[in-house]
Amino acid sequence: MLNDTTPKKIEDRFGAGTLPISSFRNNVRLTCPVQKMTDVLRFLKDDCRLDMLVDITAVDYLEYRGARDRFAVIYLLASTETNERLTVKVFVNDPDPVLPSAVPLWLGAGWLEREVFDMFGIRFEGHPDLRRILLPDEFTAFPLRKDYPLRGRGERHNFPVLTRTES
Amino acid sequence: MPLQLADPVAPAAESQEYLWTLNFGPQHPATHTTLRLILKLDGERVVDAIPDIGYLHSGFEKLGEHLDYNQYVTVTDRMNYISPLANNIAWHHAVEKLYGIELTPRCKYIRTILAELARVSDHLLCVGTAALDLGAFTAFLYAFNQREVLCEIFELLCGARFTTSYTRVGGLMYDVDDRFIGQVRDFLTRFPKTHSEVSRLLDRNRIFVDRTKGIGVLTKEDAINWSCSGPVARASGVTRDLRKDEPYLAYADFDFKVCCATGGDVYNRYLVRMAELLESLKIVSQAIENLPAGPVNVDVGGRAVLPDKNQVYSTIEGLIQHFELVMWNRGCPAPHDECYAAIEGPNGELGFYLVGDGSNVAYRARCRPPSFIHFAVFPMLIRGHTVSDVVAVLGSLNIIAAELDR
Repeated sequence: MLNDTTPKKIEDRFGAGTLPISSFRNNVRLTCPVQKMTDVLRFLKDDCRLDMLVDITAVDYLEYRGARDRFAVIYLLASTETNERLTVKVFVNDPDPVLPSAVPLWLGAGWLEREVFDMFGIRFEGHPDLRRILLPDEFTAFPLRKDYPLRGRGERHNFPVLTRTES
Repeated sequence: MPLQLADPVAPAAESQEYLWTLNFGPQHPATHTTLRLILKLDGERVVDAIPDIGYLHSGFEKLGEHLDYNQYVTVTDRMNYISPLANNIAWHHAVEKLYGIELTPRCKYIRTILAELARVSDHLLCVGTAALDLGAFTAFLYAFNQREVLCEIFELLCGARFTTSYTRVGGLMYDVDDRFIGQVRDFLTRFPKTHSEVSRLLDRNRIFVDRTKGIGVLTKEDAINWSCSGPVARASGVTRDLRKDEPYLAYADFDFKVCCATGGDVYNRYLVRMAELLESLKIVSQAIENLPAGPVNVDVGGRAVLPDKNQVYSTIEGLIQHFELVMWNRGCPAPHDECYAAIEGPNGELGFYLVGDGSNVAYRARCRPPSFIHFAVFPMLIRGHTVSDVVAVLGSLNIIAAELDR
């Protein structure tokens, strides 16, 4: 859901047609290039009253029909005042998927970005503490990428085993 | 006495050698589940807390890309296993939004009742164990006694107490029967007594109040900035409740209030949960008395639900659809698009971001886990308090590690 005035506001600020807006089942989506991302998010937060970051996630479009870019990082925004919702999609590509961090805008982005980094290997520039969060630090792969097999690449079997006498 | 947040926290000396490190968990009775905190202590004062999570990570989101929309509901049971029905409903709420399925009125009402009963069981556990961690054993027993009644209702409903997996795309596993309705009515008459017993035990209990008031204060600005939702945000004065703000299922039909507080501390989170219990009860009693008749699954023409046996054996359409849905390489194709849908879970906004690719398996199934988001706030909340407050704050956030790590 999005108020009628908000797309107009975005158009006025960033120019018509630069940020394509589409909609599916009442979900309004805005696609945004990486370079403008910080400005767009700041504008949405400060001037469009989308003050809450609901979630950050990513999708790997490696095998997706009709997709041109490899990854999309998805920011789900909501307003605590007007109950609007807006999805912002930012596409990034191999070999070095990187985009600016949203931590300066929302502190809640910290762990969400760490999870995206952990699972997809997408880096967030300016993140204060970009480490793996769910997987162990010595893990080398990014398991939610589509080229990573469901059963893993044997990482589990290669873990060092600590016996009772050694511990 | 509650601590003053203005007390000096940062160590004055250059060297921090007098600080010592305490590992809290990963196996500690007060964490309830498997998570670890590395606490930096100055005497008994917590200077910093570094959460270390991932002990229960089991790749649920990866599994979501390999199990079809009906199979994956069994995995959602294992996310927040305190209120599995709420997860089932959240999952299929998102799937039905992706498919564009409009549920039957009866199904909407039953799901509303179950979502609220799940909320009651979640809040009872949260309040009960939070009190237990602070030494109030009796309140815990009262809460768990009623939770047991709910578990029996769930068992009657679907044969399982925790791994319910009760919802299906476009409907439910079975319709409910009169015994279920009778038991829910019974619960509705008995529960207010337990509620008042628990609240009389805790509300003005000197020890409980001293240990919870002013502890772990989260301001309204911080709650929004840290993406908090549910009782945690509402205890800080954020009036957001998806049941009112974006009415889904049958919530628009019922009369209930959104419970908020402004204190933002552990005590206020307890009060919000206790108030929500009564509101849930109001919703359930309105829904169960006005339960519409009719089918519980959407029409077979929608190609999403299994037809009943009568249709399979007596009509060709039913037989074909049964075959299509049961064969592993067929199924009902989802749209080639993506959407997000959320419900107001017991713990906060519980949503799924789904990417459909034209098959009956999600291309990406992202869960927005409230526990994960609330646990990120924990180091900020505990800084400056004592070690004994760690369990108070942890209990008030209701961190469920299976949902935290997925």
